[in-house]
Amino acid sequence: MPAITFEEFWSWEAAANLLPEVLGAFFKVTLLVTVVGTLIAVSVGMLLAVLTQVAPGIIARPLRWVMDVIRMTPLIVQLMFASFLVPVTWDLLWVGTAVIGVHYSTYMAESFIAGIRSVDRGQWEAARALSLPQGRTWRAIVLPQALRATLPALGNWTISMFKDTPYLFAISVLEMVTVAQQAGNSTFRYNEAFTIAGLIFLAASLFTAFAVRRLEKALVY
Amino acid sequence: MPPVIRFEDVVKRFGDTTVLSDLNFDVAPGERVTLIGPSGSGKTTILRLVMTLEHLTEGYIWIDGKPLTHDRRDGNRVQLKQKEVAETRKQIGMVFQHFNLFPNMSVIDNVTEAPVHVLGRGKEEARERALALLDQVGLKDRADEHPSRLSGGQKQRVAIARALAMDPKILLLDEVTSALDPELVGDVLGVLRDVAESTDISMLIVTHEMQFARDVSHKVMMFDGGQILEQGAPADILSNPSHDRTRKFLDSVL
Repeated sequence: MPAITFEEFWSWEAAANLLPEVLGAFFKVTLLVTVVGTLIAVSVGMLLAVLTQVAPGIIARPLRWVMDVIRMTPLIVQLMFASFLVPVTWDLLWVGTAVIGVHYSTYMAESFIAGIRSVDRGQWEAARALSLPQGRTWRAIVLPQALRATLPALGNWTISMFKDTPYLFAISVLEMVTVAQQAGNSTFRYNEAFTIAGLIFLAASLFTAFAVRRLEKALVY
Repeated sequence: MPPVIRFEDVVKRFGDTTVLSDLNFDVAPGERVTLIGPSGSGKTTILRLVMTLEHLTEGYIWIDGKPLTHDRRDGNRVQLKQKEVAETRKQIGMVFQHFNLFPNMSVIDNVTEAPVHVLGRGKEEARERALALLDQVGLKDRADEHPSRLSGGQKQRVAIARALAMDPKILLLDEVTSALDPELVGDVLGVLRDVAESTDISMLIVTHEMQFARDVSHKVMMFDGGQILEQGAPADILSNPSHDRTRKFLDSVL
């Protein structure tokens, strides 16, 4: 078998030509889905976490079942299911973003619940001794402390979500990896296309991990 | 004037364990009562019942003649609504053994949180009052720091200021120096002596600091097995107890 030369494996010129297209898909789709998806996941996740703690069992229990079902079925199945369910006129980019957001909200909710339970019982008692209303106790005392305890986990879920965005190909959303593959199809420079996509994933994940660590430090008290 | 606190046939059980059985006592307005006794004798449970941190199994607690959690209506024992309980609870403040300051808030925010969000005071007004209280406990210059930067004794002094900021009629002190290093105890007790001298707040005190009990309280109640073994003026109980158990207990803590 003849050895592959470096020139055959990797062309800087081809890489440079592919870069704008792949990077464009990153900003227009992958990053957008991750940012909006994270916003959905954090807010819905926090809502779910609080509901499972304060709602009466008749609401909390079915809610936990739904959350379990979402966590125990593959994201790709949920994406396809949702895409067949919604009216054809709906933009599947946003449908996919919502599905990814809700999917990860169930994971984030579990982390939030652990964070809420980690808040010392004395905090609740002090709030009660001061007659603070329940809503205020949650908002001003429990959730800020729970959020801080949960932050590292939230960062990990965000990176995880980011790495799951290629599943959007299943509902024909042109996210970065699909764009890289199509670029590879037309130029036969797959190595360059996928390497670039991979490096962008790596760079963005490292940046997110770094940002979360900074945020943790900023929240130290 | 009705007693500021009245326990009437109070029973508290945790599962099968009876912590308080048929307990009756009164605290007069402005009176400072110290509860002593071996651990497990129910002293802390009494404070937690007054603070409504525990559910009252049987009996009644009256605050200023009004029911705290349960009322007697037509001979029946009726549980009050959360809202009614909350109204009465506003007059009661508590300082905990482990301070329980809110770590996510600055010292001043810890003190203004309840006056602003429970009593509806203006931010400026609450801040001024909080600064005056922090000055009183000697921590005005630490107002903008977070509790994690304070020593245990300083934290407890902030907790005292936080409780006082609600202008309580009743102050519950639950082993407030037990978690402190010995050299920090004096400052906290000094602050409490000052509060006792400068206000007419009624106090229920659980402590092992017998000198402090002697100095600030009007009455000492010795508990054993969920009941009052004996009670009286601090000088009598602490120097001349009539029960052997009290003498043994005092020997063990002094």
